[in-house]
Amino acid sequence: MFDVYNPTVARLTYRALLGRRRALILFTLPALLLLIAGAVRGFSGADDQIAADVLGGFALATMVPLIGVIAGTGAIGPEIDDGSVVYLLAKPIKRPTIILTKLTVAIAVTMAFSAIPTFAAGLILNGNGQQIAVAYTVAALVASIAYAALFLLLGTVSRHAVVIGLVYALVWETLFGSLIEGAKTLSVQQWSLALAEDVAGGELVSSAVGLPAAAILLAAVTVGATWYASQKLRTLTLAGEE
Amino acid sequence: MTTLNIDHTSRWFGNVVAVNDITMTIGPGVTGLLGPNGAGKSTLINMMGGFLAPSTGTVTLDGKTIWRNEQIYREIGIVPEREAMYDFLTGKEFVVANAELHGLGKKAAQRALATVEMEYAEDRKISTYSKGMRQRVKMASALVHDPSVLLLDEPFNGMDPRQRMHLMDLLRRMGDDGRTVLFSSHILEEVEQLAAHIEVIVAGRHAASGDFRRIRRLMTDRPHRYLVRSSDDRALAAALIADPSTAGIEVDLAEGALRVQAVDFARFTELLPKVAQEHHIRLLTVSPSDESLESVFSYLVAA
Repeated sequence: MFDVYNPTVARLTYRALLGRRRALILFTLPALLLLIAGAVRGFSGADDQIAADVLGGFALATMVPLIGVIAGTGAIGPEIDDGSVVYLLAKPIKRPTIILTKLTVAIAVTMAFSAIPTFAAGLILNGNGQQIAVAYTVAALVASIAYAALFLLLGTVSRHAVVIGLVYALVWETLFGSLIEGAKTLSVQQWSLALAEDVAGGELVSSAVGLPAAAILLAAVTVGATWYASQKLRTLTLAGEE
Repeated sequence: MTTLNIDHTSRWFGNVVAVNDITMTIGPGVTGLLGPNGAGKSTLINMMGGFLAPSTGTVTLDGKTIWRNEQIYREIGIVPEREAMYDFLTGKEFVVANAELHGLGKKAAQRALATVEMEYAEDRKISTYSKGMRQRVKMASALVHDPSVLLLDEPFNGMDPRQRMHLMDLLRRMGDDGRTVLFSSHILEEVEQLAAHIEVIVAGRHAASGDFRRIRRLMTDRPHRYLVRSSDDRALAAALIADPSTAGIEVDLAEGALRVQAVDFARFTELLPKVAQEHHIRLLTVSPSDESLESVFSYLVAA
């Protein structure tokens, strides 16, 4: 067996994630959400439908996947790109321990920068009327886990992880995942909405996917991506300079 | 006693063979892995360090397979060639993190920093370090767990002479302690100064192995080639070939020059001006045409 968490790996990952310039986006997106929420509340007052539209349309469909891309790929991608991951790999530490630790960090960062602002924005928009703030916060928390796992895998297998991740987050989740029926069943956003629907219980929050299917798909993607990332890290080849 | 064993190992990338059927044993003491750039040294070191799977053959440490065996890092310390480290950390934080990843504490980190004499700058961010300082901190990170095997890929690259001497002293000490120290270099003089035992790699092949002096002799005894232009190439050629120091001459019409192969280096360099003077021939160009390291190495492969 192996440890699921290594505090040193976690510390290095946190510092790398929050210290880089692109971490600015981690702060910018939630700030933007709160700004929108404040403006909407100011102009149109507390409106449940508008609150649901803002949280569903911007927070869950755009902000959460983008934060997921930054945290997930950023937790490992840059280290693999520049080769400094060698200092983690040349240690008597099981590779799954490294992946699980980085996943934990990526999940924590994604949750912190997406779920908390989502909840705050919900409170600003309609004071959690009809449980909308809580529902979308639950969705953001659940989506954070799946996105972090997915994008951590992407950061492990591809040097173009950020670009691919952005395309996925913006084109698939934001556009297709919201608009096209077939794509909806294969969207982290819709899966997490299924949970939100269950929490809110009204007509304001709805998902294209049933709750049991959503739960199974979420778990399968998270576990599958994490397992595969561990496998890839075990056989990661660090090409020489030649 | 720690011994690295490379047994009939090859590694290719697509159609390119980087390491071609190499067999060698590296035991305690300092060994230099010498070869021109692109010869396959890094590929070989990466296989010894467990970062690359051999395409065929085996790479083992005291009989234990290195690839996909993270427990091997209890015995191996690695100093990679690449510059990238955790630049946002201080030198001390970096070495402490490396110690922790080995299950060790601050004391081990402090000892390693002292070994490479980097305590004076340990609280500075790595991003502010010079190349030589980075190299020493990398070295400290490889030494925290007191490994019996140390692998260094081009460790002297970019170091100034003082830093170079310091690192050489350190590696020599490690070797004298009975550790297995392997470093790669494409610079003959570096290897000569540090390693008693060398392995030469050229174009992915194992070209020579053994005592440095023997290999050095092979290198200086090789035939030397010169490109010579003169006022009368054919007359000069006739006069030179009469002497046993010259093994062959080709009249290169396209170049308008002679290609001379000399076997006795010292005698030939005396002969050439003398012959020219006697025959009233003016020498216009005399240039060695194969002094590059690559040609020295390829001669070794053939030897």
